[in-house]
Amino acid sequence: MKRVNDIFGKDLKVLNIGLEQFCIDLKEQDVTAIQMDWRPPSGGDKEAADLLSALLG
Amino acid sequence: MIATKQLSEFEGVTDAVILMGSDLNKEVLTRTGLLTPESEAAVCEDLIIAVKAETQEAIDKAMAAVDGLLNQHGSGDDGEEYMPKSFDSAMKAVTGLNFCIISVPGKYAKGEAMKALKNDMHVLLFSDNVTKEEELELKTYARDNGLLLMGPDCGTAMINNVPLGFANKVRKGNIGMVGAAGTGMQEVMVLIHKLGGGISQAIGTGGRDLSLEIGGITMLQGIEALNNDPETKVIVVISKPPAEEISDKILTYIKENVKKPTVINFIGGDKSKVEAAGKEAASTLEEAAIKAVKLAEVPCCSKYSRENDDELTALAAEQAKLIKPGQKYLRGLYSGGTLCYESMLVLRDYIGDVYSNTPLNKKMKLADANVMQENSCVDYGDDKFTVGRAHPMIDTTLREEEFVKEIEKEDVAVILLDVVIGYGTHKDPAGVFAKKIKQAKEKMEKKGIYIPIICYICGTEEDPQNWAFQKATLEEAGAIVVSSNAKASKLAGMIMKAL
Repeated sequence: MKRVNDIFGKDLKVLNIGLEQFCIDLKEQDVTAIQMDWRPPSGGDKEAADLLSALLG
Repeated sequence: MIATKQLSEFEGVTDAVILMGSDLNKEVLTRTGLLTPESEAAVCEDLIIAVKAETQEAIDKAMAAVDGLLNQHGSGDDGEEYMPKSFDSAMKAVTGLNFCIISVPGKYAKGEAMKALKNDMHVLLFSDNVTKEEELELKTYARDNGLLLMGPDCGTAMINNVPLGFANKVRKGNIGMVGAAGTGMQEVMVLIHKLGGGISQAIGTGGRDLSLEIGGITMLQGIEALNNDPETKVIVVISKPPAEEISDKILTYIKENVKKPTVINFIGGDKSKVEAAGKEAASTLEEAAIKAVKLAEVPCCSKYSRENDDELTALAAEQAKLIKPGQKYLRGLYSGGTLCYESMLVLRDYIGDVYSNTPLNKKMKLADANVMQENSCVDYGDDKFTVGRAHPMIDTTLREEEFVKEIEKEDVAVILLDVVIGYGTHKDPAGVFAKKIKQAKEKMEKKGIYIPIICYICGTEEDPQNWAFQKATLEEAGAIVVSSNAKASKLAGMIMKAL
């Protein structure tokens, strides 16, 4: 069984979704980090996104 | 949001936003007086750029720079850096991703967080406006899979000495923290660092974790992890007072399972229950830090000076003499929610309950958070202020405006201000406020009015903004900078009581 403690002492490899500054800060500290080019699903139309998500299962 | 912030800082620009044309964002524009017929007609796919400025020339200059601001890549000269559009492509680009920070708008946050968990990543969920039902679903999944879901509305964490979200650069050490209070954790970490100690891990839980519905899932996971961590010798638990049932659950767990020395600060909560669990209780964030450092047997001494009670008393008496009889009220303007909360608790002993958007006593709730009355402390980081706007630790504009509004009121006697520095925050918050303080002081001096401005800077000299530099900037502008949030509030309370 995986435990929370498994992450302690390991190198963090971070995916950042949203505020880019968080990714910039991590890179400045030599932490492996990658920024996702995130856009609201269906151009921000929540109803369409929910429908799409339901269709795609 | 970075482009919005930079646009707001153009000479002559009084307000600016860049946002998508969603209905929610249009509401924000209405509230801030920036909605025009053109932006009203915008649809979701449109980008609205709204600028309010003193002159047409300032508008033209700001608009000319918009393209550049929108196309900039924060990573500097490597603007061509690859940015994946999905989890799949991200994991192909970087093997072994094990952590995800999410700060997308609340309504999209749960979906992204669940994707991260299902891809075996621990999550710091910075986003707010996530429902309790979504939080419970995420946390239950995380717990069942040995992962941490820190949040929602989790501002800070430190894992393996890496500051995450809004976080300060502090020494690595043997004190582990778990906290349901973002700036509360930052304050304790910073003070531990300044007292010569260091942090092993700091796990944030999000402010609602200790509610009845969530049941302290992340808090219990965090305590268990720190208890099992050989690098952690002392555990610190920080939270606003939890639901009683949950507080009992946490304390029972600690009493039965945790042999390590533990300091618990349920800020303003019942200390006797903590003591009954055989652990150290603390009344303020500063006291929690001092007790933790003592228990951790930190060998070093500190280079940071801290005011003692006699010094604060003398300073309060000196300041009170400069205040005129018509000046009666205190105004606290906070970017840190827990710092605001702690201040109200400290102030209670001197001036009773104060008005707030997040009051200690429900009767003291401000009818309109934008309008302070009598003695008031406002948390500008509260959810209501951050819909469609960056957090006040990033975008100082709103708090600057409110500061200028309040300091120009002739019945205001004392102003309290927090300045939170560190990663993720504004590049020079002290510089921004120093400018406003200087201008306001000159204006009020002409009227023969002196208002003490008491500041607390939460940060260290290792932070990108440098605590010592920020302190000197504020002091040069005429502010009084005190060594902890509790002391800043105490000094303000002492001055108010002496009037």
